[in-house]
Amino acid sequence: MALHALGKNKVQTALTMLGIVIGVSAVIAMVSLGQGAQKLVQDQVAGMGQNVLQIQGQNQWAGGGARGASDQSQVLTEADVEAIHKEVPAVAKAAPNVQAQGQFVFGNQNWSSRIQGSNEHYLEIRGWKMAEGDFYTENDVRTAARVVVLGKTIADNLFPGGDAVGQMIRIRNLPYRVIGVLAPKGQSANGQDQDDTAMMPYTTIQKKMLGQALPRIQQISVSAISAEATGPAKDQITSLLRERHQIRPGQADDFRVNNLTEVAEAAEATTQVMTMLLGSIAAVSLLVGGIGIMNIMLVSVTERTREIGIRMAIGSRGSYIRMQFLAESVILCMVGGLIGVLFGVGLSLGIARLMGWPSYVSPQAAGIAFLFSAGTGIFFGYYPAHKAASLDPIEALRYE
Amino acid sequence: MTDASRAPVISLKDVHKIYRTGEIEVHALRGVSLEVRKGEFIAVMGPSGSGKSTMMNLIGCLDRPTSGSYILDGVDVSTMSKNQRADTRNAKIGFVFQSFNLIPRTSAVENVELPMVYAGMAPAERRERARKAMASVGLEAKERSLPNQLSGGQQQRVALARALANNPAIILADEPTGALDSKTADEIMRIFRQLNDERHMTIVLVTHEPDIALHAKRLVRFRDGEILEDRPIKHEDDELVLHAQTGM
Repeated sequence: MALHALGKNKVQTALTMLGIVIGVSAVIAMVSLGQGAQKLVQDQVAGMGQNVLQIQGQNQWAGGGARGASDQSQVLTEADVEAIHKEVPAVAKAAPNVQAQGQFVFGNQNWSSRIQGSNEHYLEIRGWKMAEGDFYTENDVRTAARVVVLGKTIADNLFPGGDAVGQMIRIRNLPYRVIGVLAPKGQSANGQDQDDTAMMPYTTIQKKMLGQALPRIQQISVSAISAEATGPAKDQITSLLRERHQIRPGQADDFRVNNLTEVAEAAEATTQVMTMLLGSIAAVSLLVGGIGIMNIMLVSVTERTREIGIRMAIGSRGSYIRMQFLAESVILCMVGGLIGVLFGVGLSLGIARLMGWPSYVSPQAAGIAFLFSAGTGIFFGYYPAHKAASLDPIEALRYE
Repeated sequence: MTDASRAPVISLKDVHKIYRTGEIEVHALRGVSLEVRKGEFIAVMGPSGSGKSTMMNLIGCLDRPTSGSYILDGVDVSTMSKNQRADTRNAKIGFVFQSFNLIPRTSAVENVELPMVYAGMAPAERRERARKAMASVGLEAKERSLPNQLSGGQQQRVALARALANNPAIILADEPTGALDSKTADEIMRIFRQLNDERHMTIVLVTHEPDIALHAKRLVRFRDGEILEDRPIKHEDDELVLHAQTGM
């Protein structure tokens, strides 16, 4: 009986339903995009390596309140790395970071990229995997061997046909042997190509490539023994380095320890809030759709006053009339909700593809949005249904 | 034809109905008493505003009297709740209206089924009974037709079938021929007479037209909220026609 009434005003019904369709699909698209972003962040966190802390040098200018990280290279030393590794119980591995830029040449191919120098633990700390060949060893680090491990992007550009491992390439006019290729990691959160990099022992960069008299370490990467240990590790490293750098109590640190797990958690929390925000904005459109439903139901009650009168005269109780109108609005909303779910899934896949985000359709969001649309039907259908049910049969019958 | 030994189907005792619209009070019924026994066929006449519509609404359990009592088929209606009155209408009263009042966009047979739907009858049974009711008014071929595909006479016959669906105690017909031409009106009145003669259906008929009233067996005439006249109709009752011609 409810379906009968919906069939009669097809355009009106379709337009009303459109409100719900838009509302539901907006909720699904927004929540899906938000959760996609969340997943992206999670992937990125996994990409940074597990339980990672980074230590950066930070010089103090005497006398001034101003402090900066512009000349950070003199602070951290190899001995610091060694000490952190050996003396801090919460630390599993520690690796120095030294960076350089260079042009990579093989035959007539060339490619400019950055080079990260570290020790044999770096691969594990940062959660990298090898695609081909091997990473450099402790021995390579000790002897400052002229070996290089290429990121996927460099390998692809220098060796379009593959077979990079074992080849000799030139970087800054010195020959290096390619001993391995890294497994790809893709883009970072800020859109950088993480595979456009190369790795070699930090000693090689310091001694062979840059020829530094005073070895510089820009950064130290550390992995804690567990996720829970990242906090203690940060404290322990801080006190160890203060002691080693002879910083008196009350004096500021000349280094900074970043707990990447904290950063990751903060980023995840941010995206979660974003998701909720987007979802609730979208929910407002569902609310607007619901008001549309209420409007059409009120019009429908007025239009069908006489019919309601007839039904009452031949013995329909008010409750039956109420159920009929309520069923009508719920059906309207549920059909709209279903179309909205399909549309929303399509929309979120489409946007994800367009923006190059990981497409992630949240089944919970779809389910909740659908149930919410049914709830909208009940909530906004109740008043018109109640109005219909409380009509006076005599007046309703007289209505023209 | 009235049989005094049978209990009255309708029993109105000193019924008053007062409508209040703001400051104005309208005394629509001023102490009406009426008894209708099973198998009676009553024509209710009177000018508009005479109280006959008010009385029809009361008899039809659409409204309650301000004072006085109304016993329908042995049950006191004057104290019933809204839902009880809805159930009573469903079980005991078959309505036939001037404008047919079929549910639009709903097939004839579904219209006839509707009272049985509200009575909670199983689909198979009510479809069966609706078909029989359609056949009894000679419309078995039009079951699937929508109201707007039927002529006025056919629509009124569907309405009659619907009124009969739950085997009511009385049929209340409010100007059932008012929207029909005289030939079709005659056909509809023949069905009413048939129902009264063969099935002893109690019928209360409101009409303006003396020709139509002549089909009934008893005449109740209203004026100013009171019963002016209550008498049997004889077959060669030209006084009725005369009365109508001199003005209502």
